[in-house]
Amino acid sequence: MMSDQSSSPLLAVENLRTVFHFADGAYPAIDSLSFELRAGEVLGLVGESGSGKSVAGFSLIGLVDAPGEIVSGEVRFKGRDLRKLSDEELRRVRGKSVSMIFQDPLTTLNPVLTIGEQMMEAISEHETVDPAAARQRCIDTLTKVGITSPQTRVDQFPHELSGGMRQRVAIATALLNQPELIIADEPTTALDVTIQGQILAEMQTLQKETGTALIWITHDLGVVSELADRIAVMYAGGIVEIGQVDDVLDSPRHPYTLGLLNSVPGDTPRGEALRQIEGAAPSLTARPLGCPFHPRCFRASDLCRTEEPPLAEAGDHSWRCHHPLDPEKTP
Amino acid sequence: MSPRNDITSAPDRDEDAILEVRRLSRRFSRKPVLAEQLLGLVGKAPEIPVLTAVKSLDLTVRRGEVLGLVGESGCGKSTLGRMMTGINPPSEGEILYNGKRTDEMSRQERLAYTLAVQMVFQDPYASLNPRQTVGEILSEPLRVHNRCKNRAEISERVDAALNEVGLDPSYRDRYPHQFSGGQRQRIGIARALIVDPEFLVCDEPIAALDVSIQAQVINLFLELRAQRALTYLFISHDLSVVWHIADRVAIMYLGEIVELAPTTELFDSPAHPYTQTLLAEIPSVKRRRRAFQPVKGELPSPLNPPSGCTFHPRCPMATDRCRSERPISRTIAPGRTVACHLHEPS
Repeated sequence: MMSDQSSSPLLAVENLRTVFHFADGAYPAIDSLSFELRAGEVLGLVGESGSGKSVAGFSLIGLVDAPGEIVSGEVRFKGRDLRKLSDEELRRVRGKSVSMIFQDPLTTLNPVLTIGEQMMEAISEHETVDPAAARQRCIDTLTKVGITSPQTRVDQFPHELSGGMRQRVAIATALLNQPELIIADEPTTALDVTIQGQILAEMQTLQKETGTALIWITHDLGVVSELADRIAVMYAGGIVEIGQVDDVLDSPRHPYTLGLLNSVPGDTPRGEALRQIEGAAPSLTARPLGCPFHPRCFRASDLCRTEEPPLAEAGDHSWRCHHPLDPEKTP
Repeated sequence: MSPRNDITSAPDRDEDAILEVRRLSRRFSRKPVLAEQLLGLVGKAPEIPVLTAVKSLDLTVRRGEVLGLVGESGCGKSTLGRMMTGINPPSEGEILYNGKRTDEMSRQERLAYTLAVQMVFQDPYASLNPRQTVGEILSEPLRVHNRCKNRAEISERVDAALNEVGLDPSYRDRYPHQFSGGQRQRIGIARALIVDPEFLVCDEPIAALDVSIQAQVINLFLELRAQRALTYLFISHDLSVVWHIADRVAIMYLGEIVELAPTTELFDSPAHPYTQTLLAEIPSVKRRRRAFQPVKGELPSPLNPPSGCTFHPRCPMATDRCRSERPISRTIAPGRTVACHLHEPS
């Protein structure tokens, strides 16, 4: 699903910074976050817990509540800076042109409304429609995401559905208004691999049919490699490497990306120690100086301990590292 | 020797077995509510639904091996693991530890079994008492079972256990909330190891951890196994991890083992259609922009399991026979069993 490189991007994020205010000061959960997304493109946003990947997703559409605060940066969606919109204007964007799918559908669906009631709410929020037509649109969308007997399901409550079904309802709700961008935050993490496979298959088909751009936030490199066009790897609140899936996974330039790839079983012979990354990701309140990855990095030098690495790039592939890996030498 | 013990040394007995389960079942149902009890008194007791989590299951764990147990949520894999450790009693069937039935053990034998078979739990947040320090958590088993002569010895053992799992002994006075998920899982492992077990039931021990931390904990399991000659039942839904760590793999579906094989053979030539499906679903960084062709449907409710082979509604190769007749597990190669009509000798 590669689109025209010359056309202006659907989404352009520049220097986005979101901080969390605690008693002893403000700590950035994401900092200097910049990336672009073209229409119809699938971007995998990968990172471990605490890397800021979910905060990044929420910050794009202004869904950050106290003690969090989006303090600076631009989020230009089709040329319009979403950060400059009033709450009312932003409401008209959310759920219409940009929609979001969350990790846990049991907590994001309203337990006291039927599936149909909450789906129709998403329609009536943005347009005036005849209830019968809205209901039919819900049923049609439910069918699209692989829900069997949607006429019955539409009148059921969330607790009557399995986890996989509930996540399908959340996806269907996100699709109702034919958005141009969907932000999906770990939508399959809580599901079994078989159900995850089904949902990935449906997302792939729907994405191809509708040409919706997709930001897929996950910790699972395997999932994005199979689904995404491009990958952004996040660490300690920033993107450390971004590029085409093949470039990033086949010739990673950042040692953290390589470390993640080596941590998963597959290349290491069975029963032998996996090539682990030492240590743990830094907490929000204790981000190291210089390159945030230096305490865990096997290539770290004095420079890394003091200075933040600048952005380096080769074509569509860019990274932040003082000592990037040689693309010729990595496996 | 009692006649029962003769049964356990029947020809099919595996000499290397550390733990065997035979025709093991576990059913769950709720207690009748008052109205139902009253109806029962007048002879009109309504039927209370019964959920069979584990269904007449046979499985042998060999001494020193890592046996991977794989299945979707709700297939009964945790219930099986909990019965093996004695946490939950079975509804039917027997568990043999070192060839001896656990329900016929003397008090002393039972204690030895309880200590020798330990469990590592999935959620490192829920399985540690938040009001106890790490030192208290680790010394409790030693105190309860009088494993040490005095406080100094307990203290030594706690320090040694922390060192063994890669934590600094100075952490002993901290509380669980002061640790990361990976560190908490190390504490859970130390707690299991402190009573010198020989068999660990690990129930999804890395599922809640980050990718880079998963690798660290897998490496710890591999090290501990080499140092202590441990046996593991490694319960997981992640086949790539099981491929890495297990010697044999059992695939579970709706309370039954549908396939059992040495790891390389299972991955090279999966026999059961369900195993084939699971293997196709492992996300891999080697595949790019794949056209997903997933298995249809979901795990059926164990309250109302399908007739015949329980996998038939989702199986691409199901026949009329699969819908009516339950396949029995048969040996298709040395050390390989599969419960599927497709693998019947013609």
